[in-house]
Amino acid sequence: MSGPILQVDGLRVHYGAIEALRGLSLEVPDGQVVALIGANGAGKTTTLRAVSRMIRASGGAVRFRGEDVTRLPSHALVARGMAHAPEGRGIFLNLTVRENLELGAYLRRDRAGILRDAERAYALFPILAERRTQVCGTLSGGEQQMLAVARALMSKPRLMLLDEPSLGLAPQVVEKIFTVLREVNREGVALLLVEQNAHKALQLAHRAYVLETGNIVMQGTGAELLASPEVRKAYLGE
Amino acid sequence: MARARAVLRSVLPFLVGLPILLAVQALSPPDYTLILVNVGVNVILAVSLNVVNGFTGQFSLGHAGFMAVGAYTAAKITLAFSGVQLAFLPEAVSDQLVFALALGASMLTAAAAGFLVGMPSLRLRGDYLAIVTLGFGEIIRSLIENMKFLGQATGLSGLPPYTNIAWVGVSAIATVVMARRLAVSTQGRALFAIREDEVAAEAMGVDTTGYKVRAFVISSAYAGLAGGLIAHAILLTTPRMFTFVRSIEVVVMVVLGGLGSITGSVVAAVVLTVALEGLREFQQYRMVAYAAGLIVLMLLRPQGIFGTRELWDLAPFRRLPRPRPFGGRASTGPEGASPTAVRDDSTHGGRP
Repeated sequence: MSGPILQVDGLRVHYGAIEALRGLSLEVPDGQVVALIGANGAGKTTTLRAVSRMIRASGGAVRFRGEDVTRLPSHALVARGMAHAPEGRGIFLNLTVRENLELGAYLRRDRAGILRDAERAYALFPILAERRTQVCGTLSGGEQQMLAVARALMSKPRLMLLDEPSLGLAPQVVEKIFTVLREVNREGVALLLVEQNAHKALQLAHRAYVLETGNIVMQGTGAELLASPEVRKAYLGE
Repeated sequence: MARARAVLRSVLPFLVGLPILLAVQALSPPDYTLILVNVGVNVILAVSLNVVNGFTGQFSLGHAGFMAVGAYTAAKITLAFSGVQLAFLPEAVSDQLVFALALGASMLTAAAAGFLVGMPSLRLRGDYLAIVTLGFGEIIRSLIENMKFLGQATGLSGLPPYTNIAWVGVSAIATVVMARRLAVSTQGRALFAIREDEVAAEAMGVDTTGYKVRAFVISSAYAGLAGGLIAHAILLTTPRMFTFVRSIEVVVMVVLGGLGSITGSVVAAVVLTVALEGLREFQQYRMVAYAAGLIVLMLLRPQGIFGTRELWDLAPFRRLPRPRPFGGRASTGPEGASPTAVRDDSTHGGRP
């Protein structure tokens, strides 16, 4: 195992007078899956957004692949290998599946590689291949979520930020998405995963953090947290 | 090869357009010349504003301000050169050269103004740009009204009558070609992505602020060009020509034609300008008719005459070989990166 691909140190975010993140620190080791779980409003999405610089942090530092990226704009992070599949998916609804995938490769210039990766995305999610020329507004929620994951992969990321990939989806679709995430990770892409579905997330994660009102209150390996009585009680409904 | 075709597409409209413009110029009775100039200037304004409001989905209300910057720049230059004949050149050629120089300068200063306004304000999302650009237009106007150097409220008069149908026509063609080439380029795709979903565009690695500023600067430059042209058609420039109302008129044309549709902007600019002239004999009622017409149109077709589509996307033209549509349904990958761009180019193509 090499060093961390992402290091977040004392991250603070304010929404007006409200402090959403109160000096949060976490690490994603290269090639691993890290899950953030917690209740609504705990700051999970805020953490992802602050890491990918979609919102401004009021304090703390983010290091990505050894470089301080705290002041870089979002699009520059994409160029450095961080892909964000945002909450609500951010699919271009007027475009076709293929066009959305092409946009995912916006910063790439290696035409052959892009074609290859698009084919790979279709292999991972065969339903997307069927819907290739369909306008995305007509896709189901699950298909859109698959597309969001596939599109994030098109930028050839080293680290992927995933915001609630299971939100509002049928169990089978959730299963499918997590299978793909596992496979993507096996190929060396690190994942930072925010999930309501704590059970699935912890099964997949090498490490996990539990967030409560902008602070990390517990951390450990996925298996440790799955076994922890507090987590089972608070997040797994037991 | 693809490059050669792109160059041809940019040049062909001028080759076709120029003889027609010269013929119109020779034949049109002087009474109609000013109306035609107005039509052309409004086409330039509407198409250039469409780059910001339609392509990029931002809302600028300051087009008249940039027009003013261009008009005063051009006026200052032609006045400075009036009576000066450039060495070795016959007077007519010298005049045209001065005018070309003045128009170029008006585009540059308007672009610079666009950069200054755009840089801080385009970082904001939503309606802030509308407010900032609205404020900018008014600031420009009151600055001019208070600068002795620019003639204050009386403005600058006695400008040489350089603007003719050929100048306006060529400028309008240039604006349309610019918009069209932009729309089918990688940069244009980035603008559409911003319009559709700014957060997603940023997540794809599009430098959203950078592209918005670029679109704004380009748009401002062409507004400046329109300003320089209109000033030398009515031979004076006053602050009152560039009020907030002027900006609104342009916004109306863009919305009416369809946000994002180049041909829509052209058609709306032509129709509205001609309609206002045609209704002139009804005096004060013409604004009522104009407003009523707008309301009816917005009720029946809120997306504008063409929506985001182009003239050739509409049913009767469907069978003709057509250029690649942009925006909505086009292949959206960057030209260098899209696996399909090459194929699309060779299947359609043909028309500029």
